[in-house]
Amino acid sequence: MSDTLSKLDRRLINRLQDDLPLTSRPFAEIAEDFGLEEQEVVDLARRLRDDGYLTRFGPFFDAEALGGAFCLCAMAVPEDRFEEVLTKVNAHAEVAHNYERDHRLNMWFVLATESQKDIADTAAVIEQETGLQVLLFPKEREFFIGFRVNA
Amino acid sequence: MTLHPKDRAIVEATQAGLPLVQAPFEVIAETLGMSEAELLERLARLKEQGVIRRIGAAPNHYRLGLSSNGMTVWDVDDAVVDELGERVGALPFVTHSYRRPRALPDWPYNLFAMVHGADRDEVHAKRADIADLLGDACRSSDILFSTRILKKTGMRLRRKER
Repeated sequence: MSDTLSKLDRRLINRLQDDLPLTSRPFAEIAEDFGLEEQEVVDLARRLRDDGYLTRFGPFFDAEALGGAFCLCAMAVPEDRFEEVLTKVNAHAEVAHNYERDHRLNMWFVLATESQKDIADTAAVIEQETGLQVLLFPKEREFFIGFRVNA
Repeated sequence: MTLHPKDRAIVEATQAGLPLVQAPFEVIAETLGMSEAELLERLARLKEQGVIRRIGAAPNHYRLGLSSNGMTVWDVDDAVVDELGERVGALPFVTHSYRRPRALPDWPYNLFAMVHGADRDEVHAKRADIADLLGDACRSSDILFSTRILKKTGMRLRRKER
């Protein structure tokens, strides 16, 4: 695993976050802009992915457009019950990811289910199993993101 | 929304990523038994429909040294939250931004913006930038740093039982 990034690597990480053109040779334009051969761009991109600087290269799907339902949830878990509650929450396959955060509401997870009804049902089951309230924070609106890693 | 079976097959074939070769769509088309032209057409339509947002790299924030992530949350006047939310989302250091319902009385915040930085100081500085942008429209705010990843699974389209 390589631990140093060259200036070229960083420029390429930024550029690879832009939308890839839907053409037979989608890396041709990047190669031209960077003064590289197409194969060099592809090899560099693969190395960046293999070294873990990129988690993935491919389409970003709108999860809801694919037909699922998603909801951010939060719980205030007493410290002395944290591991017990965590085991119960994570046991649900519907819990897609889960983060501990430094707040009274210290457990934040995303439920991913087939339908909206399944969100409410799963949250209700977790409340029953833990005796703790599950706050639901469904997305009401998503704002356009201009984020690029300033690599 | 129900996906056409061919589109569903495209999602399944690409959700783990595209092959990093000069002609990645040709490779995918071949595995799906369709022409490259049809694949490109279908991908273009999926983009128009918003099913695909973009095709590109997902950077690994941690590996790139952005190891601190703070969920900044804001109580913003409902009359202007959408307009300001757009501007917050457009900031170059915000990775996600959503309007969500408040959970009163415990949780007065209706705008969420995820901020990544090299350390907490950097995230705090960026939070201050967001506060400046929101100005008087914001009544209160908080920041929740993640202290541990408790579970992380890719959100994958599950294969339909056949």
